Amino acid sequence: MRLSEHCYATIASIKSPLLLVEAVRSARMGETVRVIYPDGSEMEGEILKIDGAAVLIQLFGESYGLDVEHSAVVFTDAVKRAPLSTDMLDRVFNGSFLPIDGRPMFIPEQWAPVTGFPINPTLRGSPDEFIETGYSAIDGLNTLVKGQKLPIFSAAGLPSKEMASGILRSARMVARSNEGADKDFVVIFVALGLTHHEYAYYMQTLEAMRTRFMAFINLANDAVVERLLAPRFGLTAAEYLAFERAMDVLVVITDMTNYCDALREVSTAREELPGRRGYPGYMYSDLASLFERAGRIQGRAGSVTMLPVVTMPEDDITHPIPDLTGYITEGQLVLSRELHQKGIFPPMDVLPSLSRLMQRGIGEGRTRADHRGVANLLYKHYAKGRDLRNLETIVGREGMSEKDQGMLDFAEAFEREFVHQGQQRRSIEETLDAGLSVLRRHGLEAP
Amino acid sequence: MKGLITAVSGPTVTVDLPEVKLYDRVSIGHSGLMGEVVRMERDQAVVQVYEDTRGLGIGEPARGLEKPLTVALGPGLLARIFDGLQRPLERLGEAQGPFIRAGKAPEPLEPDRPWHFVPVKRAGEVVQSGELLGYAEEGPFRHWIGAFQGGGTLTELKEGPFTVQDSIGAFSDGRPIYAVHEWPVRSPRPYRRKLAPSEPLVTGQRCIDFFFPLARGGTAIFPGGFGTGKTVLEQTITKYADTDVVVYVGCGERGNEMAEMLEEFVTLTDPRSGHALTKRTVMVVNTSNMPVAAREASIYTAVTMAEYFRDMGYHVLFLADSISRWAEALREISSALEEMPGEEGYPTYLSSRLSGFVARSGVVETLDGRVGSLTMILSVSPPGGDFTEPVTQACLRNTGAFLMLDTALAHRRHFPAINWFQSYSLYGDAVAHFFADRVAPEWGALKDECRALLQREEKLREVAEIVGAEGLEDEGHLLMHVAEQVRQNFLCQNAYTEDAYSPLDQTHRRIREILAFYRNAEKRLQGGESLEKILKEATP
Ligand SMILES: Nc1ncnc2c1ncn2[C@@H]1O[C@H](COP(=O)(O)OP(=O)(O)OP(=O)(O)O)[C@@H](O)[C@H]1O
Ligand SMILES: [Mg+2]
Repeated sequence: MRLSEHCYATIASIKSPLLLVEAVRSARMGETVRVIYPDGSEMEGEILKIDGAAVLIQLFGESYGLDVEHSAVVFTDAVKRAPLSTDMLDRVFNGSFLPIDGRPMFIPEQWAPVTGFPINPTLRGSPDEFIETGYSAIDGLNTLVKGQKLPIFSAAGLPSKEMASGILRSARMVARSNEGADKDFVVIFVALGLTHHEYAYYMQTLEAMRTRFMAFINLANDAVVERLLAPRFGLTAAEYLAFERAMDVLVVITDMTNYCDALREVSTAREELPGRRGYPGYMYSDLASLFERAGRIQGRAGSVTMLPVVTMPEDDITHPIPDLTGYITEGQLVLSRELHQKGIFPPMDVLPSLSRLMQRGIGEGRTRADHRGVANLLYKHYAKGRDLRNLETIVGREGMSEKDQGMLDFAEAFEREFVHQGQQRRSIEETLDAGLSVLRRHGLEAP
Repeated sequence: MKGLITAVSGPTVTVDLPEVKLYDRVSIGHSGLMGEVVRMERDQAVVQVYEDTRGLGIGEPARGLEKPLTVALGPGLLARIFDGLQRPLERLGEAQGPFIRAGKAPEPLEPDRPWHFVPVKRAGEVVQSGELLGYAEEGPFRHWIGAFQGGGTLTELKEGPFTVQDSIGAFSDGRPIYAVHEWPVRSPRPYRRKLAPSEPLVTGQRCIDFFFPLARGGTAIFPGGFGTGKTVLEQTITKYADTDVVVYVGCGERGNEMAEMLEEFVTLTDPRSGHALTKRTVMVVNTSNMPVAAREASIYTAVTMAEYFRDMGYHVLFLADSISRWAEALREISSALEEMPGEEGYPTYLSSRLSGFVARSGVVETLDGRVGSLTMILSVSPPGGDFTEPVTQACLRNTGAFLMLDTALAHRRHFPAINWFQSYSLYGDAVAHFFADRVAPEWGALKDECRALLQREEKLREVAEIVGAEGLEDEGHLLMHVAEQVRQNFLCQNAYTEDAYSPLDQTHRRIREILAFYRNAEKRLQGGESLEKILKEATP
């Protein structure tokens, strides 16, 4: 064990965002280092690989201004940790966990390694309590529950930003027995690679927040590697608030596609063998190390729920980013270009969407007794109506039976009246009533 | 044997321990992380480390343990949950709290749990290696204890209470006999000979039992994209399969889904014995966020336990979800070793490793002369749902049943989403006699009739897509109606309802009724009755 920091000026090569330092006597995997630039400024980094006296370092910021001769590296003998305290609530930080809201840094009560530890599967609690997002297509048909990880699959040009922002503003815990359920509900917003326009948009959202929140903002022109760090800060904070401070934490991350691209960039710099579409072969494990941090723990009150946004490159759901995400998360919420063009907001296609943990979170005592029945009927009839739309394009509406025409009308009404809600927030009661009313008006009687 | 760490890269660590052997276990660093030698280079050994390597430093000590990775085999395995290295997760939780940390762990088998030994051999008898000596009742399960560490002349075999720490007898050369022994996970356990699979493994899933029967001692793969129902299908089979012991490996998958399974298994009962399902189940859980090297080892840890129960003459079902995550772990380790990559970055030995693994399934005559079987069901998670990828292909070459889970069916909420045109089972002929004798002589004929019906309907659908459903003849409408019945009331099985399990006679009755209706309706249609009337009578 080393007990103090030590400093080396033996940088052998720089290949952004990586540094190779030689003649290092002692270093440990994952150790945090401070790199001192020729102008005296400092930047943190982390040890990725050690081969004898040669150490490979990943910088958490720009390598601009760094040189081989006049820069130095300080080894700290500590792993990357996050400062934690309930004073971090209602604050905005950058991707390196430094405040950017003009107020001073809070005083940490404790520190925890940002990578976290895996939850022992035998001590996980079951995710079975409803979280209301305010959107009918989610709450009614693809219900989110505490401890779940449920991504939004979006595509370029679709309003995932508006949807994420809507969820930030509207998400609630609905505990019928306990009127004050909302006071322990916290939203953590992690933004990766935001443009300035998006930044301004989300800052407005945060200012209008009624629930308690925390935000980590990494901008498009901030360091790429910071995108790998920010979600880990967010999740470490979430675990602290959930499991040490008994809060229910919803973590919204946008956009995981930027995270994966950062992962690919670092992997390429390391000259690793690229996998599908150039993404590294360990991307599944890496994403799992984030998403699996969602959950509940037996005997503890809080929960970590995740709602990451993924932009599907080229609208392709088989692209490695949505594909690997889908293999890890408990379902997916899929946005559709077609619905967006029709002016439906949120443009969520409920057919390919699925919340795998929904069944446990709905019904009597959780949402409403008729929830399951209403959801099944809506889904069934809408699926039928959508099927018939294909037929309609072949034989025309006139060539179809009256009953089939009725189903076409139902599908249309379902999209315009149930899925579509614009800026309005719906409670679960309103959602289920909206569903019932569409069913009734088309003579499809309630369960 | 002691040395020092000289390099660390991802899950692999290089140590200067020239004397170790390939696959020897090595203790790494001050905190004693476990690892296994995967490559030797002059005076250096490269070790695959089963725990998070973060925090390991150059110059920390490494110690060769002069034995390979083993599992402990003995009473107390059932109803337990282990990680990929056979660390008991429940007791680990008691010791460490809800988060898993690297380092020391409790013994796999509870050291002080009392058992009662009943010998079936007596002092003076000569026993061969692998012969069974007696048993202990483990709940409703008879746990056989054998001469698994070699035979000899028995001088003593003590009936009565024991723990896994006590000897229960001795051989004439003084060797004590214990109820527990260790076995290297990468070495298949021995048996007298392999037998051809000839009995079905009844799963209670109509689509499988009827169309694509599995065989005891056979292997099946369930490939499918995300959300196609691999996990639900495996877990449903785990609950209802007609088998003595189940070993289930959650290999690189979700924590929540394992927790849900654990919770459910405590409350559910085995339909055959009426006891809690956990009592016949061993679970190995290495979720996706647990270390990858342990994920790689997990399937070996699990299959060795499965072979152990097979060696008692039991029928054992082994399920892994998902074998793709194992292959990916192999790829991560291979890439950290800077090995020459094969297709899609997987090591070139992927296929041979997998064959070697799958070869551990089978029906065997045990060293004790009993018949035991080990059936394997592996789920496969092909990237992008593309079945031409290397893992699915390597699996296909090694398995007897291919149950393709179809994303289109899953989107339509047709579960289990088994594609009835693309899937196959090579065990159909071998087990046909069973269904004919035990269920109904007409079983095979019904199967052919049903398959032909679905094929005709498929063709008709293509036509209907061009001319529209209105353009079909009455015969066509009838066929489509019946095929829909087959899908809805026969092939679909909702895992969350009573229908999750279908006994063979129910499976038979359902398909017989649908097909009988069809035959009769066709006749009436030809006789001039209206389709509307026929269908109206059919739907209550
Ligand atoms: N037999 C079934 N009955 C009812 N629903 C089912 C059935 N099988 C699957 N489902 C539904 O499909 C969802 C996904 O199933 P499952 O988790 O088994 O998929 P998977 O193939 O294992 O996916 P992944 O590869 O992502 O793990 C389930 O949560 C459930 O809603
Ligand atoms: Mg699964």
